[in-house]
Amino acid sequence: MHESEIIKEIERVAIGIRHRVLAHTLSNNGGYMSQACSSAELLASLYVGILSFSTIGEPIDPPIFEGVPKIGTRTYKTGVQFHGEKGPDYDRLISSPAHYALVIYAALIETGRLREDGLEHFNRDGSTVEMIGAEHSPGFETTTGSLAQALSQASGIALARKIRNESGRTWVFMSDGEFQEGQTYEALQAASFHRLSNLRVIVDVNRSQCDGPMDSVMTIEPLSLRIKAFGWDVSVVNGHDISAILKAAEQVTSRPHMILCYTDPVRSLPILAERAPVLHYLRFTSAEERIRYENVYQEMTK
Amino acid sequence: MSYEIVARPHQQNFIDWAKDKPEVLVLSADLTNSCEVGKWRDTYPDRFFSMGMAEQNMMGMAAGLAREGFEPWLHTFSVFLYRRPLDQLQMSVAYPALKVRLVGFLPGIMTPGGVTHQAIEDIAILRTIPNMTIFEVGDATEAMSVLDIAHAVDGPVYIRMLRGEVSRIFPIDEPFVFNTARVLSRGSDITLITSGIATEEALRAIPLLQERGVSIFHLHVSTLKPFTDPQIAEALKSAKHGVITMENHSIIGGLGSAVAEVMAENGVQATLQRIGLKDTYAHGASQKYLMSEYELDAAALIKRIEKAIGRSLNIDEDELNEQRLVSVHSNAKVEAL
Repeated sequence: MHESEIIKEIERVAIGIRHRVLAHTLSNNGGYMSQACSSAELLASLYVGILSFSTIGEPIDPPIFEGVPKIGTRTYKTGVQFHGEKGPDYDRLISSPAHYALVIYAALIETGRLREDGLEHFNRDGSTVEMIGAEHSPGFETTTGSLAQALSQASGIALARKIRNESGRTWVFMSDGEFQEGQTYEALQAASFHRLSNLRVIVDVNRSQCDGPMDSVMTIEPLSLRIKAFGWDVSVVNGHDISAILKAAEQVTSRPHMILCYTDPVRSLPILAERAPVLHYLRFTSAEERIRYENVYQEMTK
Repeated sequence: MSYEIVARPHQQNFIDWAKDKPEVLVLSADLTNSCEVGKWRDTYPDRFFSMGMAEQNMMGMAAGLAREGFEPWLHTFSVFLYRRPLDQLQMSVAYPALKVRLVGFLPGIMTPGGVTHQAIEDIAILRTIPNMTIFEVGDATEAMSVLDIAHAVDGPVYIRMLRGEVSRIFPIDEPFVFNTARVLSRGSDITLITSGIATEEALRAIPLLQERGVSIFHLHVSTLKPFTDPQIAEALKSAKHGVITMENHSIIGGLGSAVAEVMAENGVQATLQRIGLKDTYAHGASQKYLMSEYELDAAALIKRIEKAIGRSLNIDEDELNEQRLVSVHSNAKVEAL
């Protein structure tokens, strides 16, 4: 695909992610809507333009939940199958903020990896399409709902791949709230110390968390300077500027690399700003409010 | 009576053992020489990864390496393997049942480092974690043969390890056997179940007790989870004057609690006395001092047996001191951190 076609496809996927998440939020009277608004271009860029995954045939039907991993279950089936076959030259994607699951499932549908009716299993008893993704959920291969553990897990995977001289990169999708956890900084220093240049991180810096704007909860700025101080290369981009994201992702460095995508948590859905300052989870407070969102959805999908 | 002392049983043994196992890696959190893997690092520099004082990240990176087919062996003090990084141990390692080996040194009151360094509830906490396997070694033979046993477990393993000057109590040709207690004596008055360093301590008192006609069924346990060895339920049933457990750990949640569960589940009607830390923290002092202060020693065991059988055995301190095994309390064992 030509670059302009890639960008067009990413735009289509990003719009599709927002539409699907809004439709789902309407039909379920709740959803992680602001996360879809902020990360749609970021996730669409990853799945369409950045990650080197093996192709899969038809979109996959989400499997039913077959139980938790037990001793001796080396063959435990994780949600990585939605990323295709593993291979030394292929990339990996470890998603850290597991509450973005709905957004990730929508991205998998838009990119033909998850069946379109996959979201019908969302948050249903006995389904792998869980509200907070775990390693059996589509698009996940580790369990990261207790936030800030994925960067360490992915660093271990990247170190293993470095030992084996694999050319594939290990990508981590993170949220900015995770930079409040101490483990993140332990992982930053270790990845830098062990020169994991095959480790790439992309962050949705939407400056919003459960209690409200991050500046009112616990500030993490100056984020770029912090990460640079730990020995990483950092790119700072507008997280809705697809070209800028793709350009940052192409950067080849000898150190671990992080792309900070500054985003707007109400992007393409201005009505959501009425919820400010608390945007973490959208649940309609009245039938009237729900109808207003329904009307916005109709307008958007015209 | 005294035992052969083996100096640093883990050090060379682990090097020899890992030679033909390229998947075995060591992750260390700034206690490399204290955990007898300094020479391992120098022998296999490409398989040794320094993680610094950052156990949460170490646990996560171990998980990532294990997912990719490596077998990371984490070496640090027991206390740093489960207290600070417990969530990481649970979610990154235990939930996916990964082959990560947690080699914990200086368990319980073996460290003079005080409360911050004393893992007194590690077994209690780790027993409740699904997919965990827990071993505790009681001598040099077990410290060396536990490697094969841990290696064979297709899930996470925690080992309460011994270092430095370690007694060899069990013959070298009788290695650690998974989930199988060692029968050290048979008897019908008291069933005594011990683990770790409590076994060597109990062995100081047992000859004196036997001389006075107390018949003891003594089992040494080195697999604390799973805890399904049928020998244990069998031994519990034969105790005329009750059951005693003895461990270098809190009386809550460790060996004593595991035995209580087996007794209840098997309908064993007997009194259980648990020797261990009585729901208390300890402090920094020598092992000998702390074992006496917290009644974890041979004298404490004799008192409990006297209580169980309802008579005094007139064992005086001098007599017990003669049984003081050189290996247990010699100055050779006093070590820095």
